[in-house]
Amino acid sequence: MALKNIESVPGGPGEPGSGLIQLITADGVRVPEPAYDALVADIDGAALQGLYEDMVVVRRIDSEATALQRQGELALWPPLLGQEAAQIGSGRALRSDDFVFSSYRENAVAYCRGVDLTDILRVWRGNASSGWDPYAINMATPQVIIGAQALHATGYAMGILNDGDDAVAVTYFGDGATSQGDVNEAMVFAASFQAPVIFFCQNNHWAISEPVGLQAHVPIANRAPGFGIPSVRVDGNDVLACLAVTRQALARARSGGGPTFIEAVTYRMGPHTTADDPTRYRDANELEDWAAKDPLKRLEAHLDSLGLFDEAFTAAVKAKADAVAAELRAGCLGMPEPAPSDVFKHVYSTPNSWLDRQQDHYERYLSSFADSASSDGSS
Amino acid sequence: MAGVIKEFRLPDLGEGLTESEIVNWHVAVGDTVELNQIIADVETAKAVVELPSPYAGVIAELHEQPGTVVEVGAPLVSFEVAGPAGAPPSTGSAASGGDTGAPAKREPNLVGYGAAVEKGGRPERRARRFASQLSGGANPAGGSALPGLAERAGSAPMIEAVPAVPARPAVEAAPALAALESAGPPATPVRTISGERPRSTPPVRKLARDLGIGLEGVPGTGPGGLITRDDVLAAAQQTSASDGAGGSVAPASVIPSPATITPAGAQDTARETRTPIKGMRKHTAAAMVASAFTAPHVTEFLTIDVTPTMELIGRVKESRAFAGVRITPLTIVAKALCIALQRNPTLNSRWDEAAGDIVQFNYVNLGIAAATPRGLLVPNIKDAQELSLLELAGALTGLTERARAGKTGPADLSGGTISITNIGVFGIDAGTPILNPGEAAILAMGAVRRMPWEYQGQIALRSVMTLSLSFDHRLVDGEQGSRFLADIGAILADPGMVLTMV
Repeated sequence: MALKNIESVPGGPGEPGSGLIQLITADGVRVPEPAYDALVADIDGAALQGLYEDMVVVRRIDSEATALQRQGELALWPPLLGQEAAQIGSGRALRSDDFVFSSYRENAVAYCRGVDLTDILRVWRGNASSGWDPYAINMATPQVIIGAQALHATGYAMGILNDGDDAVAVTYFGDGATSQGDVNEAMVFAASFQAPVIFFCQNNHWAISEPVGLQAHVPIANRAPGFGIPSVRVDGNDVLACLAVTRQALARARSGGGPTFIEAVTYRMGPHTTADDPTRYRDANELEDWAAKDPLKRLEAHLDSLGLFDEAFTAAVKAKADAVAAELRAGCLGMPEPAPSDVFKHVYSTPNSWLDRQQDHYERYLSSFADSASSDGSS
Repeated sequence: MAGVIKEFRLPDLGEGLTESEIVNWHVAVGDTVELNQIIADVETAKAVVELPSPYAGVIAELHEQPGTVVEVGAPLVSFEVAGPAGAPPSTGSAASGGDTGAPAKREPNLVGYGAAVEKGGRPERRARRFASQLSGGANPAGGSALPGLAERAGSAPMIEAVPAVPARPAVEAAPALAALESAGPPATPVRTISGERPRSTPPVRKLARDLGIGLEGVPGTGPGGLITRDDVLAAAQQTSASDGAGGSVAPASVIPSPATITPAGAQDTARETRTPIKGMRKHTAAAMVASAFTAPHVTEFLTIDVTPTMELIGRVKESRAFAGVRITPLTIVAKALCIALQRNPTLNSRWDEAAGDIVQFNYVNLGIAAATPRGLLVPNIKDAQELSLLELAGALTGLTERARAGKTGPADLSGGTISITNIGVFGIDAGTPILNPGEAAILAMGAVRRMPWEYQGQIALRSVMTLSLSFDHRLVDGEQGSRFLADIGAILADPGMVLTMV
């Protein structure tokens, strides 16, 4: 059985007539898209510069964290290189009372939500079971179980309906997660209850080492209408287009229009995680093709064409990225060791006598060991 | 500026890896490096990764050479960095610090592996409160012992009870141990902590039991004196060696002791080094065995005067079109091989046993055997038949550079149809090369030597080279193999002969 490559299927990403929403081409040219132009009419030069700065900063966070892993300071890191536009474009469209349920690669979304940089690293350093208080930034801590967060988001969105609020739940997942039962179940419920939830799928073309063509013989966005959910395919490396389609989906959800499925067609330019070697399964030519569609480069070119990419601007962006990287590194290296009893924290939101008992036993067990001073003396 | 020496230990670069191989260093002692500057390429079981410097400073020492396999946690490189000893490595790190004592105890290279193994054996415990209750009656501390534990303590010996005599587990006193030789002088046990079971792991304990080795006598080389599989195997080897020397079986009552490890035995191991068969070596061996024992090899030799080719190389190098391009005898041999293949296509085929077919390739993916730091690789030049001499030279240079840098990709290595091995670079004249598996022929080119040779009816000093061609006799008859080799020889002996062939 020959495997069909989705790129060769008519309607594949990047081909004319593919239905891919794009506002800025890979060469940095702004192209009109009547249905979406009005949604980003307020994005002026300064706002574009802001989006560019965001993308540079999160790319820098990514490379610094990768370096920290190589230096033994983090156990693991899942790089987002190449997916900056999809995450920043959608993340910047959200309101602070919207709630994000992400996978483990959405560190740029977390950055948009205002997460403390050190908190991003806690789990990856093995210092905490979860990095932050979800209610402080209205973003759940990263879900490692593939696709499970789609159910959480749908449940949360059904809660919004019950509250009569106009907030929206947004769930992020990858192309691989669309083959998981959880994501499909979540879509059934979201459609049935017309819940205000956005399914934001970053199709980065690789589910670890499996190419997207293995599990999707049609564009992934085409699946959603089968559940009764409207969908859109957007150029995931075009930050402006990602912002526009997310705003459209948010407006639909807030006005009682129910869920939307967004397929952001992008590319994971790095490894799956720092423990992965993509050269073993991926053709270097493919990476080269996508490097030409780099989300940062195209916005650079666009800003340059507007005369907004001068030295003062780039210097300011670099200074910001340097400062963020230094803060990240300092926060990582200065993170205090957790106490053994910390494992009992944050398990239940209310007091729990069973857990208290376990904690009591564990602490007494720990105290049955000689302390380090006497141990050193006797050996 | 008096700097402080900072040692960087090899971290776990993947998830749960225990060792990595240094592929190469990008820096040398004395180099100044910036934070996150790439200092080395390291190959783990999962990937070749670049190692960014954790400090800004000067390289003080490289502890390991390229090609060595380093255990996670072993020193890799030392830096001389400015600033006080306690300061964190990067700028601005002090902001959230404050715990200047803590970093010294922490082992950041072992994130995810918990605390370091303590050197003094198992962690010691305080006497449990219920223990004093049992022995002394009243418990002044007044702690309420858990009922379950109290019951257990009453019905079974307590784990803290230390026997006065070193007790060995019964299983390790099995009769098999009686065979151990006790000829050496009595020595004090390596471990003096009485009652302490030698530190090891369950699979290694089982191995020791199966081999009849008492762990008391085995020196542990693992972390914290842990006895490893290798330690037990080494002990077993020494035991069998001394068995052979002694020739007698000791009485069953003899208790094995550390004395079985004799100095003579230690010397024996130093005279040999055992390397596990794995990785590249294992792969290469499997490929060679598969090739040598499935394809019946025939090797033919041809020695020719390649002076005209050497003169041609000199002229080509001077021409403007080839300025800066590396042209060597290999370049010309590669081109000649492609031309000769057009006239003798059977040499460019494959025996497909499974399908019951002979696959005739209508393209040439020309493999070049390369000795790399990682071992023998045969990357190939795709569609070499389409390439001009200039393009071929460029492709060869690219292939060599990638191989040397350890960056040969899977695409480079797959799909070869015929190969060249240049043994001449090692000063060798001829050999009987083994086919790259799946290919019908391989050509070995020998060294170009100035030799007395018949030239225009006289003896002259000429540049002479020997070609060795091995081919798969299932696919290629002697006639075709010989014509192919003769064609290549004819081109090298007189490059003008190409005109008669194309």
